[in-house]
Amino acid sequence: MTSAIVVSGLHKSYGSTHALDGLDLEVATGEVHGFLGPNGAGKSTTIRVLLGLLRGDAGDVSLLGGDPWHDAAKLHRRLAYVPGDVNLWPNLTGGEVIDLLGRLRGGVDQKKRADLLQRFDLDPTKKGRTYSKGNRQKVALVAALASDVELLILDEPTSGLDPLMEEVFRQCIEEERQRDRTVLLSSHILSEVEALCDRVSIIRRGKVVETGTLSDLRHLTRTSIHAELAASPNGLASLPGVHGLDVEGNRVRCEVDTAQLDAVMRQLSASGIKSLVAQPPTLEELFLRHYEDDAEPLAAVR
Amino acid sequence: MTDFAGTGTLVRLALRRDRVLIPLWIVVFVVMAAGSAQASIDLYPDVQSRVEAARTANASPALVSLYGRIFDESSLGAVSLFKLTAFGALLVALLAAILVVRHTRAEEENGRLELLSAGVLGRYAAVTAAFIVSAGTVVLLGLLTALSLMGVGLDTRGSLAFGLTWASAGLAFAGVGAVTAQLSEGARTANGFTAIILGVSYVLRAIGDAKSDTGWVSWLSPIGWAQQIRPYAGDRFVVALLPLVLLVVTVLGALALIRRRDLGAGLVRPRPGPATASAALRSPLALAWRLHRGSLYGWGFAFLLLGFLVGNIASNVDGFVTSESAKELVQKLGGVDAITDAFLSTEMGVLGLLASAFGIQAALRLRSEETALRAEPLLATGVTRSRWLGSHVLMALFGTGVLVLLGGLGSGISSGASLGNMGRQLPRMLAAAAVQLPAIWLVTALVVILFGLAPKLVTAGWVLFGTFLLIGQFGAVFDLPQSVMNLSPYGHTPRLPGGDFSASPVIWLTVIAAALTLASFTTFRRRDIG
Repeated sequence: MTSAIVVSGLHKSYGSTHALDGLDLEVATGEVHGFLGPNGAGKSTTIRVLLGLLRGDAGDVSLLGGDPWHDAAKLHRRLAYVPGDVNLWPNLTGGEVIDLLGRLRGGVDQKKRADLLQRFDLDPTKKGRTYSKGNRQKVALVAALASDVELLILDEPTSGLDPLMEEVFRQCIEEERQRDRTVLLSSHILSEVEALCDRVSIIRRGKVVETGTLSDLRHLTRTSIHAELAASPNGLASLPGVHGLDVEGNRVRCEVDTAQLDAVMRQLSASGIKSLVAQPPTLEELFLRHYEDDAEPLAAVR
Repeated sequence: MTDFAGTGTLVRLALRRDRVLIPLWIVVFVVMAAGSAQASIDLYPDVQSRVEAARTANASPALVSLYGRIFDESSLGAVSLFKLTAFGALLVALLAAILVVRHTRAEEENGRLELLSAGVLGRYAAVTAAFIVSAGTVVLLGLLTALSLMGVGLDTRGSLAFGLTWASAGLAFAGVGAVTAQLSEGARTANGFTAIILGVSYVLRAIGDAKSDTGWVSWLSPIGWAQQIRPYAGDRFVVALLPLVLLVVTVLGALALIRRRDLGAGLVRPRPGPATASAALRSPLALAWRLHRGSLYGWGFAFLLLGFLVGNIASNVDGFVTSESAKELVQKLGGVDAITDAFLSTEMGVLGLLASAFGIQAALRLRSEETALRAEPLLATGVTRSRWLGSHVLMALFGTGVLVLLGGLGSGISSGASLGNMGRQLPRMLAAAAVQLPAIWLVTALVVILFGLAPKLVTAGWVLFGTFLLIGQFGAVFDLPQSVMNLSPYGHTPRLPGGDFSASPVIWLTVIAAALTLASFTTFRRRDIG
């Protein structure tokens, strides 16, 4: 399997702020890769380095087999980018911007353009200054999705979209996956990443702290269990990997390290299980685990 | 009264934002007035020398149309501040209007006003606060100017009248700014409207001053009113009622306009545009043309018109020469033809300065596109940095070329037609226009190299331009050493028509401009975007 993006040991600082502090990231060709992190973790900086807009202070960056700083324009013909903040020219219409950006990338698929405009319910005749934030984002999304490119780099593309449009966006990305396009999706919306991504990298303070498939990552975390037993449980507390045990008569609640799940289930069934709810760890828990010791507020996490 | 709720808070917010800018502007104006007065007092110690200088100025169509008349040739104040009366009033008016737009439409356009409007904020609060700040600034500016003029030894009554001249022009245009801020959705467009009104006002007073039979035209212009207060030459304080009436009318008009529109909207509703881009819109250059063309059309029209006016006034130099003493003076200065040429070359120099303002503004577009994050999506396509930079640089250089040539065309045709020698006059004026370009391009190139090297400092381009302007306008008055005078590129432009043409300064200016522009491409390729 080849890699569309390989970043290793990337550093970037602005004055005394270290935006990126030895970041490693690998995105395989054909996968949808989630790039997760709260505001200010370094997602957009990484993407700007990948696009050759910023130059890294140290480290190696390879994008579609080339160097994004030196071959920026050549590589850009093979990718499409949706920025997190989309600003349009006040006196150009949305349709004009879509065509312009598409042409500068090497061409617009007219059929796809018309289809996307309809699905995103976007009026292309309005002038840039009259669009709302969500509609500006739709303009950039349509321009990116209607271009025939190998790689999509999307920086928090749904932050201004309503739930209906978020659903349309998910369908579109699903279709892109089926066409074997590579997608780097930066986001802080966990459900979106969970629904769309093959693999995920979690970034924190300019470093990737966790990377892998969702099931890989789930192994690293805990399953929560609610059980009602025939008799009162015993021996649970002494098992390794059991956390937050809460016994109330015959009811049991606990968190179990996923690796220890088998042993815990045996112990429970020894007491006779009447009902059982086992919840796999959500990405949210995964995410919170990496950030709970962080001073940054988690208000950004939905 | 709830319509005005929150005005006080907004005034404090504006003063907090402009705590450096406003004092700085005030100091610049006060120093300019006092310094210029002091220098002239030293230059003209007795009545005899003053009268002689004033007669020369009043006999020169170039000076009269540019600065106005000296109403009392023996008055120390009138002679020493003659260059600053109307011209300074123009600058104060511009400052006042920009301040109002800056705190109303600009805030509305970028959405900050919406954030505030959700709080307890009356609908008139923003415009009232902006007006209070602007009016307060120009009144303080007028007062301090008056005090500084008394300080250098000019008489009290005249100094107060001079302060009032500046302040009244500022007040009138604070009102004008409040109206133009309501008209369009963009602050740029609002400032554009203000500049047009200001330009027309200045031209009207120039027409009025230039010909005695059209003197009434001055009275159509707020800048003309400011002049007619006649500081140190009658001190007609009562004339200040005219700008005050305009102030009341415009402020009431602005409030009425606000009642009729939504937040964020202009009076002109934006129409829907094409759903697809035209076949031509497929390159950075095509986009740059699209972004610059509106302002280029407007400026181009103004330059053609100014050219016609200049040429028309030039053909009437005889009209100035009525008295015997003036005739003698004209002979001393080289005859009517020489004076006509001197007038035309001065005016072409002014057109060159104006065209530079266009060039600077067009080059600054690079930075505003970058900070507004509109450059980023383009540079993430197949467009190289050089192509993107080149597109805007080309618009700036090409645009200034078009402007001066339109000015040359207008003045060539109108002066040629009225002097009856089109075949000679038109090529002369086109050449006079063309020689302005190297200096204009050099100043534009300074902005471009700043953009490549130190993008946060690009607006220093205006500071450099202002410095060159001051050196050119007041360098001689302040008796600056030649080495300092040489710093201004405009000082090296051959004075055509009429003057000697030498190729070497033109070539040097062009070479430096080209070198700076080329260097900017290298520096821009090496820096981070954003």
